[in-house]
Amino acid sequence: MKKVKVYVTLRESVLDPQGSAVMGSLHNMGYDEVQDVRIGKFLELQLADVERDVDTAVKEMCEKLLTNTVIEDYRYEVEEAN
Amino acid sequence: MKFAVLVFPGSNCDLDMYHAIKDELGEEAEYVWHDETDLSAYDGILVPGGFSYGDYLRCGAMANQSNVMKEVKKAAEAGKPVLGVCNGFQILTEAGLLPGALLRNRDLKFICKTVELKVENNHTLFTNGYNSDEVISIPIAHGEGNYYCDDATLKQLQDNNQIVFTYNGENPNGSLENIAGIVNERGNVLGMMPHPERAVDELIGGADGLNLFKSIVKQWRESNVN
Repeated sequence: MKKVKVYVTLRESVLDPQGSAVMGSLHNMGYDEVQDVRIGKFLELQLADVERDVDTAVKEMCEKLLTNTVIEDYRYEVEEAN
Repeated sequence: MKFAVLVFPGSNCDLDMYHAIKDELGEEAEYVWHDETDLSAYDGILVPGGFSYGDYLRCGAMANQSNVMKEVKKAAEAGKPVLGVCNGFQILTEAGLLPGALLRNRDLKFICKTVELKVENNHTLFTNGYNSDEVISIPIAHGEGNYYCDDATLKQLQDNNQIVFTYNGENPNGSLENIAGIVNERGNVLGMMPHPERAVDELIGGADGLNLFKSIVKQWRESNVN
């Protein structure tokens, strides 16, 4: 078994009004050091051990469904799981 | 002319689309479930608004993976008219049938009101019944209607006259260049956030959307006369 953690964020060229609003709140709370907030998604997949290459499969999943590469970037980590 | 009105789990403007075609235009319409694998019997495809698959993950992302979308891609390649409204527009961008994407509204709110649109291009099969630069009133109802694309794509849209509708006056959702609706390069696939199917009868507040459906039928009749 493998555990795959996928992190999805809006691309840098895309405005993130939610992130900007959260940054405003943090500034109000006195955390002036916050320079940027980007809100994204976190997905956790459990994969059975199969012949198919994990990286190839995960990249396909990300690009065909889990993210929209027009507006989002993604990265992922693969961990061994029991 | 026979239209398919696609129905995904969570579609909610399918009845309005059906009503516009069947009751207002007197043309044929049938509901087509998302797992259908053949659309060859239809002359035009309507992808309605709503919240397909609960808008889970991203608006339109999972609807794009349903069986019927493979057929919609075939229909688009064959040159049949394909109209996506609201969630339908989001599905068509996810499918790659139209460029760009729809982001959360600039002010993060769901907006439901009637807005003014300007007909930027009346030389499409969807807008031949409007005048050039005509201003029409059509309702919008969306939380993710903020059109976005990169600079190269925008230039392409502008150079090919693919921007069909823009918001007239106030930009409600932050869309790039006030874009409310675009067509593909070939001109047979239109995606728009405003709801023409909700503006087909004066009795319920306006009929400015009716010309869009009439345009599709008119063009189809002219090219299928002989």
